Amino acid sequence: MSPTSIFAPVSTPAESIFGLSVFVFSIVAVIFVVVFSLLAYAVVRFRNQHSSIEPAQVYGSTQVELAWTVIPVLIVVALFLATARVIGSVQNPPRPKDAIEVIVTGHQYWWEYRYPGFNIVTANELHVPVSDPAHPTPTFLTLLSADTDHSFWVPRLSGKTDLIPNHPNQMWIDPHETGVFLGQCAQYCGTQHAKMLLRVYVQSREEFEQWVHEQQQSPQTPESAGKRVFESTACVNCHTISGTRAKGRFGPDLTHLMSRDAIAAGAANNTPDMLSLWIRNPDAIKPGSKMPAMGLSDPDANAVTAYLETLR
Amino acid sequence: MSASTIAISEAPVRPLTLRLHEWVTTVDHKRLGVLYIVYALIFLALGGVEATIMRVQLIRPHNALVSPQVFNRMFTMHGTTMIFFVAMPMVFGFANYLVPLMIGARDMAFPRLNAFSFWMSALGGLLLYFSVFGGDGLYGAGSAPDVGWFAYAPLTAKTFSVGHSTDFWTLSLLSSGIGSIGTAINIIATILCMRCPGMTLGKMPLLVWLNLVMAGLVVLAVSPLSAAQLMLVVDRYLGGHFFDTQAGGSAVIWMHFFWIFGHPEVYVLVLPAFAFASEIIPVFSRKAIFGYPVMVLATIAIGFIGMSVWAHHMFTVGMSAGANTFFVLSTMAIAVPTGIKIFNWLATMWGGKIRFATPMLFCVAFLFQFLIAGLTGVTLAVAPLDWQLGNSYYVVAHFHYVIVGGILFCIFAAFYYWFPKASGKMYDEALGKWHFWLFTIGFHLTFDFMHVPGILGMPRRIYTYEPGRGWDVWNLIVTIGVAFQAAGILVFAANLVWSYFRGKLAGNDPWDAWTLEWSTSSPPPEYNFAKIPSVRSRRPLWDLKHPEDPDWRYE
Repeated sequence: MSPTSIFAPVSTPAESIFGLSVFVFSIVAVIFVVVFSLLAYAVVRFRNQHSSIEPAQVYGSTQVELAWTVIPVLIVVALFLATARVIGSVQNPPRPKDAIEVIVTGHQYWWEYRYPGFNIVTANELHVPVSDPAHPTPTFLTLLSADTDHSFWVPRLSGKTDLIPNHPNQMWIDPHETGVFLGQCAQYCGTQHAKMLLRVYVQSREEFEQWVHEQQQSPQTPESAGKRVFESTACVNCHTISGTRAKGRFGPDLTHLMSRDAIAAGAANNTPDMLSLWIRNPDAIKPGSKMPAMGLSDPDANAVTAYLETLR
Repeated sequence: MSASTIAISEAPVRPLTLRLHEWVTTVDHKRLGVLYIVYALIFLALGGVEATIMRVQLIRPHNALVSPQVFNRMFTMHGTTMIFFVAMPMVFGFANYLVPLMIGARDMAFPRLNAFSFWMSALGGLLLYFSVFGGDGLYGAGSAPDVGWFAYAPLTAKTFSVGHSTDFWTLSLLSSGIGSIGTAINIIATILCMRCPGMTLGKMPLLVWLNLVMAGLVVLAVSPLSAAQLMLVVDRYLGGHFFDTQAGGSAVIWMHFFWIFGHPEVYVLVLPAFAFASEIIPVFSRKAIFGYPVMVLATIAIGFIGMSVWAHHMFTVGMSAGANTFFVLSTMAIAVPTGIKIFNWLATMWGGKIRFATPMLFCVAFLFQFLIAGLTGVTLAVAPLDWQLGNSYYVVAHFHYVIVGGILFCIFAAFYYWFPKASGKMYDEALGKWHFWLFTIGFHLTFDFMHVPGILGMPRRIYTYEPGRGWDVWNLIVTIGVAFQAAGILVFAANLVWSYFRGKLAGNDPWDAWTLEWSTSSPPPEYNFAKIPSVRSRRPLWDLKHPEDPDWRYE
């Protein structure tokens, strides 16, 4: 089964939309069958009758035309009322005290997540607690953009909402199952729009608290050759490693890089080989990304890779 | 009559340069109509090649036929080309050719404005493709624009779009926009002022009514688009900040400007398609159109409601629940007059004697396909469903169902229906049927199955995708359909060329039809009618052929 199907919802907004979609698709299917049958009947019944006599000329019928005006109007009213209800419930949800706040900032071509309540910064992999319907702990996302338009779309959790510069948006999710849920940017944002992938990790309450605790620690980074190279090259212009001189904000925060499964916004697995390739030649993984090829010598690149692997 | 025919056939063949000069300097509505249509066909080939490149790239995950940069240019050029340089000129070409003939006029109201408008549109298309050669400056290097056909801000700002390709895109739309507005004004003036004696508004063929509303929509919709293009030029070169978000501008304002054009544009294209169906279905069913007054009212309703639905393209940009609800209602409301039209065409066929010549085949397929397109449109009008399906392949499938399955099918029907009139030759019926079946099979392989990856979470405008998402097989089928469509188009082109040179003579009225264009010779003389006709009903040729039972007794 597809991991990104809109018909396998695990969170209230996606479930409301799914419920509505079943209603809408059913009505549409009935209309389709009725009109299709009439059309097919007309085409077969009145085809190719060879005779020089013209058929009876009928210019219209007020009663019939009134009928096929009024019936569609009634259907539209029904669809509209069902839709309006779901719009209200998804756009204006209750906001319990236990809700998690995350500020999502879209960048060309990666995601930045800030948890103001926990003082955490991370990238590309969003961690949220599972929400028990009895004691809901939904996650509210504030959506910002650092550059162009993006759109946050994890189909099994919620519909998409755009991230637009100068135009903060809101959305929310309350996943009922643990697991990793996939999605990707759904508004064309530039060259590597295709590889701006989304991964949402829904964890049990304990696991989530454990994750928060780990992310709040500053990693131990003893002096090393890799650290020296990292801090003396352009790496620090774009990346932050908490507790060191690296304070750039253009690229993803690398403080806990090794706690993530993927690099390059999901374009590659976070393995030493891929990390090393990413540093030497990002275009091999994600052509057109904003990460430059650093032009390091082999020993330097290896040292930086080794250093990054200590960032747990 | 016969004397003048002989004189023309014995005239020496004029040199090619002279004949080309006549085409370039012509102000004849029929020649300009043909120019528009030929121009559109050339761009149809270009846009088709771009689509094919995209589909081959997407045939399997992580395919590497083209780079992401090239893919992004392909979808930008495909969309811009197909809307502005295929669909619009096609629609204007047929309107130019047919409207004066059908209202018994000798030309458009403003023949020179007509020529000016065509050449402005033509310049637009050339500017767009010149970007490939000159987009990066003067040194012969360049690239096509890559901002998407709706070019959302701030991707078009200098920061994110360096070089001049975006400028060529802007100037191209500005130029063709001036042409579109000129032609639209011309169509309105022609219809309101040039009708022959007896042809009141209520006796105009439906095609003329639909083109009148279309032209009105062009004036209302293309103007804001042109204004937005000017604002973008100001942003990029004169330090403006309309859409420059880094200086406090608004990306959302651009969306509103674009879609207040973009949605009525759909009706600009679909109303002429309806117009073709409204002429062809009655003739091949041998019955008068069912419910003419309601068809006219439904058209006007679509025109008005069509101006108030644009923000359904923006359900995901974070509008308030109230605004979303309003645009849900207005968008759903438009299904009512559109549904009325489908029912009235059905009722026209009901009880008729249907002849399945190629034009009618395309019209019948149009009815089935437009039904589906309309119903998927209703699902997308439901804002919460749009939160899932907006910007996914479901939307791509939906609007191609409208534009290809609806509009292009009607345009093909119109080609076959009026080709005998414009060329004087009959097209080849067997080739026409080959075209129909190849293209219909290809269309369904491509666009039926394209809905599925959208439902499975595949966004549009991605140059590649991850395996394991359940999208692979659907994309493979979609791409296979392209081969059938391309084959159909090649048969179509072969048919046009072959029939033009080798086709049988068509005669004035090969379809036993009822509107005025069939009363003059094929092709019509430059002056259209030796004597301006006068009419008493919507079907003047029916009255002529059935003096015992004329229409004007019932209208």
